[in-house]
Amino acid sequence: MIEKRPALTLLSHLVLILGVLIVAFPIYIAFVASTHTAQAIVQAPMPLLPGDHLLENYQAALSGHNSGSGSTAPVGRMMLVSLVSALTIAIAKIAISLLSAFAIVYFRFPLKNFVFWSIFVTLMLPVEVRIGPTYQVVSDLGMLNSYAGLTVPLIASATATFLFRQFFMTVPDELVEAARIDGAGAMRFFKDVLLPLSSTSIAALFVIQFIYGWNQYLWPLLVTTDENMYPVVIGIKRMISGGDAANDWNIIMATAILAMIPPALVVMLMQRWFVKGLVDTEK
Amino acid sequence: MASISLRKIVKRYGSGPKANQVIHGISAEIADGEFIVIVGPSGCGKSTLLRMVAGLEEVSAGEIAIGARVVNQVEPADRDIAMVFQNYALYPHMTVFDNMAYGLKIKKVASAEIKTRVDRAAAILELGGLLQRRPRELSGGQRQRVAMGRAIVRNPQVFLFDEPLSNLDAKLRAQTRLEIQKLHRELGVTSLFVTHDQVEAMTLAQRMIVMNGGHVEQIGTPEEVYGRPATTFVASFIGSPPMNLLKGRASGRDFMVGGITLQLPAAAARDGELIIGLRPEHLANWDAAEGWPFKVEMIEMLGAERLVYGRLGDAAFTLRIDASLAPPKVGSTLRLQPSAGQLHCFDAQTGQRISA
Repeated sequence: MIEKRPALTLLSHLVLILGVLIVAFPIYIAFVASTHTAQAIVQAPMPLLPGDHLLENYQAALSGHNSGSGSTAPVGRMMLVSLVSALTIAIAKIAISLLSAFAIVYFRFPLKNFVFWSIFVTLMLPVEVRIGPTYQVVSDLGMLNSYAGLTVPLIASATATFLFRQFFMTVPDELVEAARIDGAGAMRFFKDVLLPLSSTSIAALFVIQFIYGWNQYLWPLLVTTDENMYPVVIGIKRMISGGDAANDWNIIMATAILAMIPPALVVMLMQRWFVKGLVDTEK
Repeated sequence: MASISLRKIVKRYGSGPKANQVIHGISAEIADGEFIVIVGPSGCGKSTLLRMVAGLEEVSAGEIAIGARVVNQVEPADRDIAMVFQNYALYPHMTVFDNMAYGLKIKKVASAEIKTRVDRAAAILELGGLLQRRPRELSGGQRQRVAMGRAIVRNPQVFLFDEPLSNLDAKLRAQTRLEIQKLHRELGVTSLFVTHDQVEAMTLAQRMIVMNGGHVEQIGTPEEVYGRPATTFVASFIGSPPMNLLKGRASGRDFMVGGITLQLPAAAARDGELIIGLRPEHLANWDAAEGWPFKVEMIEMLGAERLVYGRLGDAAFTLRIDASLAPPKVGSTLRLQPSAGQLHCFDAQTGQRISA
């Protein structure tokens, strides 16, 4: 729809700018807070312009600090834990979903429908619902405070399996048959034809799952008690001690900003692929 | 190169009493280097038959042999065949070169040899400048040629074509038809070509297999199939407009149809229920002083010829006449005299040809 009405254009821009401000202002405040000393932030009114302690605050956050009443563990280590878990979750989820979707679409095996529907049913059972028994299992297996404990329970994904199943079903049968005549076995077809064709879906899914893995809160909160295994999201929480204790808000905000960077980077770098994967129907 | 034997091929989907049988025991011998067209209406089982030869469908009963080897249990890749699909089935993410080379790469052919073979196929099909393109950057006709190139580089014993021309526009289809013919002459590979288009069948086939409802109606050269159709189905399926079929009762030289009595030529005289067939162009004279009374209802001008639709009594009948002749008047009655020896007789119950 193309309309030329200046007033309407002005109004829509106003609405958009207002929206951007509402979303961006808290992030800006967090950034400003991360550039002041702890004393400066708690004064009312809080400063709205960046201060001059940026470098030392971020340095303190990354390498650990010794003041503050909450956790003082180094954020650098937490970022690494988060990165490893998020990558493991995203990559393993995609690998397993691709293979299970491949099996469901291209192979005939007994109880195929039952298997598909049982995968489908797990869609209704997110981590939060099965958290009690899952914790019991992970704890009995001695996986608390380990990367395995942080990632394995989050890897199985009905959503991704379902997405790939839908995609595979749109791949024309003739392509499978042409590959059979060319002598490509099942895994060869998977590797040479299906994987390249689903590359954009894989990229889109990677972005979604990386952010999902990075932002996990409830589950890491349960399975990590060791500061060395805190993901950064938990780290932020642990830095804030309850009650009236004096928190190092400048360090906490610096950590929050740091925690935002990797997911933002992933989205920005993969945006082109991400959008393509969601809207593209080219086959 | 190899011959193909189909021995009492049966195809059933499902099993037990609910099984749905779609091919009812087809037998045919295809000689080495022959170009065979399988033609029939939609759903007659022609594609299923081809896919069984390719190994993409299991054979429920009977035997398929390529050369001397029975291939019922052989994987498609090991049957030494190549197939061209209706929608071409090119790998969309590979270049034209990779599309053609893929099968050879899997067979672990040396890359220098792959390059020679692909280049040769590309030269035959005039695809030289397109080798680094992707299928989506090609036109329909070019994609079709790439699909054929993929078949050629394999050096197969048998080419299988599954309606490869039906996605092309009419002009390109005629051109590709000629190219396929030329290709077959050059390579001399045994070919099975499935189509529902009788013009394709007539122009390409050395012999054609006309199928209907999972049965073979007739196997023969285009001349035989057109000139001596084995059944009323073949008579009406091959030829456009189709052969005129008149169902009536014969008594000596009299043939009662549509409320009137026609005189049959002396050679065609017989008794009983009968279907008489006459092609629209097989008239010795359509404006004679006496003969079958034909009432003109409609005329279509096709350029080189005119189609005249009308009735013999109540029965519909079509004439094909040269456009250079003055057309008959709509509503007038013509006197038709069929060409000698061009009248076909079929059994009224079975539709089988009665040899005259």
